[in-house]
Amino acid sequence: MDIKVLGTGCASCQTLERRVREAAEQAGGDASVEKIEDMQQIMEYGVMSMPALVVDGEVEVAGQAPSVQELTDLLSA
Amino acid sequence: MLESLADGLIYGLAGVSESSHWGQSLHFFVYETLKIGLLLGLVTHLMGLINSYLPVERVREWIASGRLRGSEHLVASGFGAVTPFCSCSSIPLFIGFLQGGIPLGVTLSFLITSPLVNEVALALFIGLFGWQVTLLYAASGIVLGTVLGWALGRMGLGRFVEDWVWEIAENRAEETEADARSLWERLPSVSREAMGIVTGIAPYVLAGLAVGAGIHGFVPTGFFEQYLSGGNPWAVPLSVTLAVPMYANASGIIPVVQSLVAKGIPLGTAMAFMMAVVGLSLPEAMMLKKAMQTRLLAMFFGTVGVSIVALGYLFNWVL
Repeated sequence: MDIKVLGTGCASCQTLERRVREAAEQAGGDASVEKIEDMQQIMEYGVMSMPALVVDGEVEVAGQAPSVQELTDLLSA
Repeated sequence: MLESLADGLIYGLAGVSESSHWGQSLHFFVYETLKIGLLLGLVTHLMGLINSYLPVERVREWIASGRLRGSEHLVASGFGAVTPFCSCSSIPLFIGFLQGGIPLGVTLSFLITSPLVNEVALALFIGLFGWQVTLLYAASGIVLGTVLGWALGRMGLGRFVEDWVWEIAENRAEETEADARSLWERLPSVSREAMGIVTGIAPYVLAGLAVGAGIHGFVPTGFFEQYLSGGNPWAVPLSVTLAVPMYANASGIIPVVQSLVAKGIPLGTAMAFMMAVVGLSLPEAMMLKKAMQTRLLAMFFGTVGVSIVALGYLFNWVL
């Protein structure tokens, strides 16, 4: 699974990255988590609210940081 | 009710004298912490709900639809006020609006008001300054965004937006799906985000209230009048300049400013200072630098800064 966290240095972006890494570990499997901070790259996904979560090219979360539990469910589905 | 709770805690339970410096400071701290804690919880939940029903994608479609007949600037500015703002979203919002076919000036209306009028500032204003000042602040912010966005939009500044932004904006925005969740299904995520905001700023607010409490108890009334009142014509631009580097602590600064007003600093000067703290932020400027050329960025921040100074003088004169 190809997981990307879109966001810059703001507090909730860091929260999302931390939770996604934790959730990816819990969900198991081979998932690669990458943080994208470059604005031009971020804008290719067409999201307007940061932070955002992209799984296999699909935007799953935008503008908030769901709990580790919700993220684990999302990544296991 | 909160007032009597604070009275009981400080003067009754802790046995601190009502007339002592410590008594006044402690009472201010306890009472304001309770009140502002409640208000912050309430306002962040309310804004979260509005945002859940009116996501920014929906707002963009509505403004771009052309059905607003000339009120686009006002609507964009008004939505900026109810949209929770994080400086890291400023570029995605800026580009996203242009991508949706919204004119640069209307986009700037949104971008000016969004940080200026935000849920945290509103909750702190209601708690510390009351309803009237809060309404005045919010209305000034919305008018500022509307007028400046309109004015900047007429200057043909599109050429000062970086090329890559226009290239991305070529790919038209996709339609968004409707969110059919009920109020009860929305509440958990709204509440989680709201509590996240409140806990995130809590240390700053508490520190600000502690400093404010110290000023309330120990600084004599009217102390600042001799330095910063109407007698000093440079007070407004000076405080606006001082405000620019203070963005990170905006939520801690408002309680301190309230105490300064109580001790004699004119309200207009204080309002200009607080608007500049949230509206002229260096981190936001650094972000926007990637999408705007220096000339546009300078015009954007310059006009906002000058207008805030003008508003400060106006309030000092009228209030």
